[in-house]
Amino acid sequence: MQFTDFVFYFLSAILLLASLRVITARNPVHAALSLVLAFFTAAGLWLLLEAEFLAITLVLVYIGAVMVLFLFVVMMLDINLEELRRGFWSYLPAGLLVGGLMVVEMIMVLGSRDFGLAEPLAHAADYSNTKELGRVLYTEYVYPFELAAVLLLVAMIAAITLTHRKRADTRPINPADQVKVKRADRIRMVNLKPQKPEAPKEDDA
Amino acid sequence: MIGLNHYLILGSILFAISVVGIFLNRKNIIIILMAIELMLLAVNMNFIAFARYLDDINGQVFVFFILTVAAAESAIGLAILVVLFRNLRSINVDSLDRLKG
Repeated sequence: MQFTDFVFYFLSAILLLASLRVITARNPVHAALSLVLAFFTAAGLWLLLEAEFLAITLVLVYIGAVMVLFLFVVMMLDINLEELRRGFWSYLPAGLLVGGLMVVEMIMVLGSRDFGLAEPLAHAADYSNTKELGRVLYTEYVYPFELAAVLLLVAMIAAITLTHRKRADTRPINPADQVKVKRADRIRMVNLKPQKPEAPKEDDA
Repeated sequence: MIGLNHYLILGSILFAISVVGIFLNRKNIIIILMAIELMLLAVNMNFIAFARYLDDINGQVFVFFILTVAAAESAIGLAILVVLFRNLRSINVDSLDRLKG
Protein backbone atom coordinates (compact mmCIF):
# COMPACT_ATOMS: atom_id res chain seq x y z
CA MET A 1 0.00 0.00 0.00
CA GLN A 2 1.47 3.26 -1.14
CA PHE A 3 1.43 6.40 0.94
CA THR A 4 -0.97 8.15 -1.48
CA ASP A 5 -3.43 5.26 -1.09
CA PHE A 6 -3.36 5.75 2.66
CA VAL A 7 -3.91 9.50 2.23
CA PHE A 8 -6.84 8.87 -0.12
CA TYR A 9 -8.62 6.47 2.25
CA PHE A 10 -7.92 8.68 5.27
CA LEU A 11 -9.29 11.84 3.62
CA SER A 12 -12.25 9.98 2.11
CA ALA A 13 -13.23 8.61 5.51
CA ILE A 14 -13.10 12.10 7.04
CA LEU A 15 -15.05 13.53 4.11
CA LEU A 16 -17.85 10.95 4.38
CA LEU A 17 -18.07 11.20 8.18
CA ALA A 18 -18.21 15.00 7.99
CA SER A 19 -20.94 14.94 5.36
CA LEU A 20 -22.95 12.43 7.44
CA ARG A 21 -22.59 14.85 10.35
CA VAL A 22 -23.85 17.70 8.13
CA ILE A 23 -27.14 15.95 7.40
CA THR A 24 -27.77 14.60 10.91
CA ALA A 25 -26.62 17.48 13.15
CA ARG A 26 -29.29 18.86 15.44
CA ASN A 27 -27.87 22.37 15.50
CA PRO A 28 -27.47 24.11 12.10
CA VAL A 29 -24.27 25.78 13.35
CA HIS A 30 -22.74 22.33 13.90
CA ALA A 31 -23.91 21.33 10.43
CA ALA A 32 -22.21 24.38 8.90
CA LEU A 33 -18.97 23.67 10.77
CA SER A 34 -19.05 20.04 9.61
CA LEU A 35 -19.55 21.29 6.07
CA VAL A 36 -16.40 23.40 6.52
CA LEU A 37 -14.53 20.22 7.51
CA ALA A 38 -15.95 18.38 4.49
CA PHE A 39 -14.86 21.13 2.08
CA PHE A 40 -11.41 21.29 3.65
CA THR A 41 -10.96 17.53 3.28
CA ALA A 42 -12.20 17.69 -0.30
CA ALA A 43 -9.55 20.34 -0.97
CA GLY A 44 -6.97 17.86 0.31
CA LEU A 45 -8.28 15.22 -2.10
CA TRP A 46 -8.08 17.71 -4.96
CA LEU A 47 -4.46 18.38 -4.04
CA LEU A 48 -3.94 14.62 -4.34
CA LEU A 49 -5.40 14.89 -7.86
CA GLU A 50 -2.91 17.67 -8.68
CA ALA A 51 -5.58 20.37 -9.03
CA GLU A 52 -3.74 22.77 -6.78
CA PHE A 53 -5.35 26.00 -7.94
CA LEU A 54 -8.89 24.70 -7.47
CA ALA A 55 -8.03 23.23 -4.07
CA ILE A 56 -6.82 26.62 -2.86
CA THR A 57 -9.86 28.29 -4.47
CA LEU A 58 -12.14 25.87 -2.64
CA VAL A 59 -10.56 26.78 0.68
CA LEU A 60 -10.53 30.53 0.02
CA VAL A 61 -13.88 30.99 -1.73
CA TYR A 62 -15.95 28.24 -0.19
CA ILE A 63 -14.69 28.06 3.36
CA GLY A 64 -13.69 31.71 3.48
CA ALA A 65 -16.75 33.31 1.92
CA VAL A 66 -19.69 31.00 1.34
CA MET A 67 -19.52 29.07 4.61
CA VAL A 68 -19.01 32.27 6.60
CA LEU A 69 -22.14 33.58 4.87
CA PHE A 70 -23.99 30.41 5.92
CA LEU A 71 -22.80 30.74 9.52
CA PHE A 72 -23.74 34.41 9.53
CA VAL A 73 -27.29 33.70 8.37
CA VAL A 74 -27.71 30.70 10.68
CA MET A 75 -26.65 32.70 13.70
CA MET A 76 -28.77 35.70 12.70
CA LEU A 77 -32.03 33.76 12.44
CA ASP A 78 -33.90 32.73 15.54
CA ILE A 79 -34.91 29.23 14.58
CA ASN A 80 -37.33 27.00 16.42
CA LEU A 81 -35.40 23.73 16.22
CA GLU A 82 -38.02 21.51 17.83
CA GLU A 83 -40.55 22.30 15.13
CA LEU A 84 -38.03 21.62 12.39
CA ARG A 85 -36.84 18.34 13.89
CA ARG A 86 -40.33 16.87 14.20
CA GLY A 87 -40.61 13.68 12.17
CA PHE A 88 -36.89 13.77 11.38
CA TRP A 89 -36.27 10.03 11.44
CA SER A 90 -39.58 9.10 9.83
CA TYR A 91 -38.15 9.95 6.42
CA LEU A 92 -35.06 7.79 6.99
CA PRO A 93 -36.38 4.56 5.34
CA ALA A 94 -37.35 6.33 2.10
CA GLY A 95 -34.10 8.29 2.03
CA LEU A 96 -31.97 5.22 2.76
CA LEU A 97 -33.80 3.29 0.05
CA VAL A 98 -33.12 5.95 -2.61
CA GLY A 99 -29.56 6.70 -1.46
CA GLY A 100 -28.63 3.05 -1.01
CA LEU A 101 -29.99 2.16 -4.44
CA MET A 102 -27.97 4.96 -6.00
CA VAL A 103 -24.75 3.83 -4.32
CA VAL A 104 -25.32 0.16 -5.19
CA GLU A 105 -26.05 1.00 -8.82
CA MET A 106 -23.01 3.24 -9.12
CA ILE A 107 -20.74 0.63 -7.53
CA MET A 108 -22.11 -2.02 -9.90
CA VAL A 109 -21.47 0.25 -12.88
CA LEU A 110 -18.07 1.58 -11.81
CA GLY A 111 -16.97 -1.29 -9.55
CA SER A 112 -13.69 -2.68 -10.76
CA ARG A 113 -13.59 -0.87 -14.08
CA ASP A 114 -11.02 1.82 -14.66
CA PHE A 115 -12.03 2.82 -18.24
CA GLY A 116 -8.50 1.99 -19.42
CA LEU A 117 -7.20 4.88 -17.34
CA ALA A 118 -5.35 3.02 -14.63
CA GLU A 119 -2.26 5.19 -14.40
CA PRO A 120 -2.49 8.98 -14.53
CA LEU A 121 0.22 10.65 -16.56
CA ALA A 122 3.06 11.99 -14.48
CA HIS A 123 3.79 15.64 -15.11
CA ALA A 124 7.21 17.19 -15.44
CA ALA A 125 8.72 18.78 -12.38
CA ASP A 126 8.19 22.32 -13.70
CA TYR A 127 4.52 21.74 -14.58
CA SER A 128 2.29 24.46 -13.15
CA ASN A 129 -1.41 23.73 -12.76
CA THR A 130 -2.24 27.39 -12.20
CA LYS A 131 -0.37 28.44 -15.34
CA GLU A 132 -2.12 25.84 -17.48
CA LEU A 133 -5.54 26.70 -16.09
CA GLY A 134 -4.96 30.41 -16.60
CA ARG A 135 -3.76 29.87 -20.15
CA VAL A 136 -6.93 27.98 -21.09
CA LEU A 137 -9.20 30.30 -19.12
CA TYR A 138 -7.98 33.49 -20.76
CA THR A 139 -7.83 32.16 -24.32
CA GLU A 140 -10.37 29.44 -25.07
CA TYR A 141 -12.82 30.25 -22.27
CA VAL A 142 -12.52 34.02 -22.17
CA TYR A 143 -16.15 34.58 -23.16
CA PRO A 144 -17.60 32.23 -20.48
CA PHE A 145 -15.17 33.83 -18.04
CA GLU A 146 -16.65 37.28 -18.72
CA LEU A 147 -20.15 35.84 -18.41
CA ALA A 148 -19.22 34.37 -15.02
CA ALA A 149 -18.11 37.84 -13.92
CA VAL A 150 -21.47 39.30 -15.05
CA LEU A 151 -23.27 36.48 -13.24
CA LEU A 152 -21.48 37.32 -10.00
CA LEU A 153 -22.42 40.99 -10.41
CA VAL A 154 -26.06 40.07 -11.02
CA ALA A 155 -26.04 37.77 -7.98
CA MET A 156 -24.59 40.54 -5.82
CA ILE A 157 -27.19 43.08 -6.95
CA ALA A 158 -29.98 40.52 -6.50
CA ALA A 159 -28.88 39.63 -2.99
CA ILE A 160 -28.70 43.29 -1.98
CA THR A 161 -32.07 44.21 -3.51
CA LEU A 162 -33.73 41.20 -1.90
CA THR A 163 -32.56 41.91 1.62
CA HIS A 164 -32.49 45.71 1.54
CA ARG A 165 -35.48 47.39 3.15
CA LYS A 166 -36.50 50.99 3.55
CA ARG A 167 -36.94 51.94 7.17
CA ALA A 168 -39.81 54.27 8.02
CA ASP A 169 -38.24 55.77 11.15
CA THR A 170 -35.22 57.40 9.52
CA ARG A 171 -35.25 60.89 8.01
CA PRO A 172 -32.53 60.98 5.41
CA ILE A 173 -31.24 64.24 3.94
CA ASN A 174 -31.35 64.68 0.18
CA PRO A 175 -28.67 67.23 -0.78
CA ALA A 176 -30.05 67.57 -4.31
CA ASP A 177 -33.40 68.77 -2.98
CA GLN A 178 -31.61 71.12 -0.60
CA VAL A 179 -29.61 72.70 -3.43
CA LYS A 180 -32.58 72.99 -5.78
CA VAL A 181 -34.79 74.84 -3.32
CA LYS A 182 -35.90 78.39 -4.31
CA ARG A 183 -36.88 81.33 -2.22
CA ALA A 184 -40.48 81.08 -3.38
CA ASP A 185 -40.75 77.52 -2.02
CA ARG A 186 -39.96 78.56 1.51
CA ILE A 187 -41.28 82.11 1.99
CA ARG A 188 -44.82 83.36 1.43
CA MET A 189 -45.38 87.10 1.59
CA VAL A 190 -48.58 88.04 3.35
CA ASN A 191 -49.99 91.52 3.22
CA LEU A 192 -51.31 92.15 6.72
CA LYS A 193 -53.38 95.17 7.59
CA PRO A 194 -52.56 96.89 10.86
CA GLN A 195 -54.91 95.67 13.56
CA LYS A 196 -55.81 96.76 17.00
CA PRO A 197 -55.89 94.07 19.65
CA GLU A 198 -59.30 93.60 21.20
CA ALA A 199 -59.72 95.08 24.59
CA PRO A 200 -60.24 92.48 27.32
CA LYS A 201 -63.83 92.26 28.54
CA GLU A 202 -64.39 93.62 31.97
CA ASP A 203 -67.20 91.41 33.19
CA ASP A 204 -65.13 88.33 32.53
CA ALA A 205 -64.42 87.05 36.02
CA MET B 1 -3.04 1.94 -6.54
CA ILE B 2 -5.91 4.37 -6.43
CA GLY B 3 -7.73 4.33 -9.75
CA LEU B 4 -10.35 6.54 -11.32
CA ASN B 5 -13.18 4.32 -10.05
CA HIS B 6 -12.20 4.99 -6.42
CA TYR B 7 -12.82 8.69 -6.92
CA LEU B 8 -16.04 8.08 -8.86
CA ILE B 9 -17.40 5.82 -6.12
CA LEU B 10 -16.42 8.38 -3.48
CA GLY B 11 -18.31 11.01 -5.46
CA SER B 12 -21.40 8.83 -5.78
CA ILE B 13 -21.42 8.02 -2.05
CA LEU B 14 -21.13 11.75 -1.31
CA PHE B 15 -24.02 12.45 -3.69
CA ALA B 16 -26.16 9.72 -2.08
CA ILE B 17 -25.45 11.12 1.40
CA SER B 18 -26.68 14.53 0.32
CA VAL B 19 -29.82 13.00 -1.25
CA VAL B 20 -30.52 11.27 2.08
CA GLY B 21 -29.87 14.60 3.77
CA ILE B 22 -32.57 16.27 1.69
CA PHE B 23 -34.98 13.46 2.64
CA LEU B 24 -34.18 13.72 6.35
CA ASN B 25 -34.17 17.52 6.69
CA ARG B 26 -37.32 17.95 4.67
CA LYS B 27 -38.41 20.95 6.75
CA ASN B 28 -35.16 22.82 7.30
CA ILE B 29 -34.22 24.98 4.31
CA ILE B 30 -30.73 25.77 5.61
CA ILE B 31 -29.70 22.10 5.77
CA ILE B 32 -31.25 21.52 2.33
CA LEU B 33 -29.03 24.30 0.93
CA MET B 34 -26.01 22.69 2.60
CA ALA B 35 -26.93 19.32 1.07
CA ILE B 36 -27.06 20.98 -2.36
CA GLU B 37 -23.55 22.33 -1.75
CA LEU B 38 -22.42 18.78 -0.92
CA MET B 39 -23.96 17.52 -4.17
CA LEU B 40 -22.04 20.13 -6.15
CA LEU B 41 -18.89 19.05 -4.33
CA ALA B 42 -19.48 15.44 -5.40
CA VAL B 43 -19.92 16.52 -9.02
CA ASN B 44 -16.76 18.63 -8.85
CA MET B 45 -14.89 15.62 -7.46
CA ASN B 46 -15.86 13.61 -10.56
CA PHE B 47 -14.81 16.43 -12.89
CA ILE B 48 -11.40 16.78 -11.27
CA ALA B 49 -10.79 13.03 -11.17
CA PHE B 50 -11.54 12.76 -14.89
CA ALA B 51 -9.41 15.84 -15.62
CA ARG B 52 -6.50 14.16 -13.85
CA TYR B 53 -6.83 10.70 -15.37
CA LEU B 54 -7.56 11.95 -18.91
CA ASP B 55 -4.86 14.62 -18.53
CA ASP B 56 -7.31 17.25 -19.80
CA ILE B 57 -7.37 20.69 -18.18
CA ASN B 58 -10.86 21.50 -19.50
CA GLY B 59 -12.44 19.52 -16.66
CA GLN B 60 -10.83 21.86 -14.17
CA VAL B 61 -12.17 24.89 -16.08
CA PHE B 62 -15.66 23.45 -15.65
CA VAL B 63 -15.10 23.08 -11.91
CA PHE B 64 -14.05 26.73 -11.85
CA PHE B 65 -17.34 27.79 -13.42
CA ILE B 66 -19.37 25.46 -11.18
CA LEU B 67 -17.74 27.07 -8.15
CA THR B 68 -18.72 30.51 -9.48
CA VAL B 69 -22.33 29.54 -10.10
CA ALA B 70 -22.56 27.75 -6.75
CA ALA B 71 -21.32 30.83 -4.91
CA ALA B 72 -23.91 32.99 -6.68
CA GLU B 73 -26.61 30.41 -5.99
CA SER B 74 -25.92 30.19 -2.28
CA ALA B 75 -25.73 33.99 -1.94
CA ILE B 76 -29.15 34.44 -3.56
CA GLY B 77 -30.56 31.42 -1.73
CA LEU B 78 -29.52 32.81 1.63
CA ALA B 79 -30.91 36.25 0.70
CA ILE B 80 -34.27 34.64 -0.13
CA LEU B 81 -34.05 32.73 3.16
CA VAL B 82 -33.53 35.96 5.12
CA VAL B 83 -36.51 37.62 3.40
CA LEU B 84 -38.59 34.50 4.03
CA PHE B 85 -37.73 34.49 7.71
CA ARG B 86 -38.53 38.19 7.96
CA ASN B 87 -42.01 37.60 6.54
CA LEU B 88 -42.96 34.26 8.11
CA ARG B 89 -40.81 34.19 11.30
CA SER B 90 -40.00 30.59 10.39
CA ILE B 91 -37.89 28.64 7.88
CA ASN B 92 -40.16 25.61 7.85
CA VAL B 93 -40.75 24.39 4.31
CA ASP B 94 -44.29 23.39 5.29
CA SER B 95 -45.22 27.01 5.93
CA LEU B 96 -44.37 27.95 2.34
CA ASP B 97 -47.88 27.49 1.04
CA ARG B 98 -48.77 30.99 -0.06
CA LEU B 99 -48.62 30.08 -3.75
CA LYS B 100 -50.83 27.03 -3.34
CA GLY B 101 -53.42 27.24 -6.11
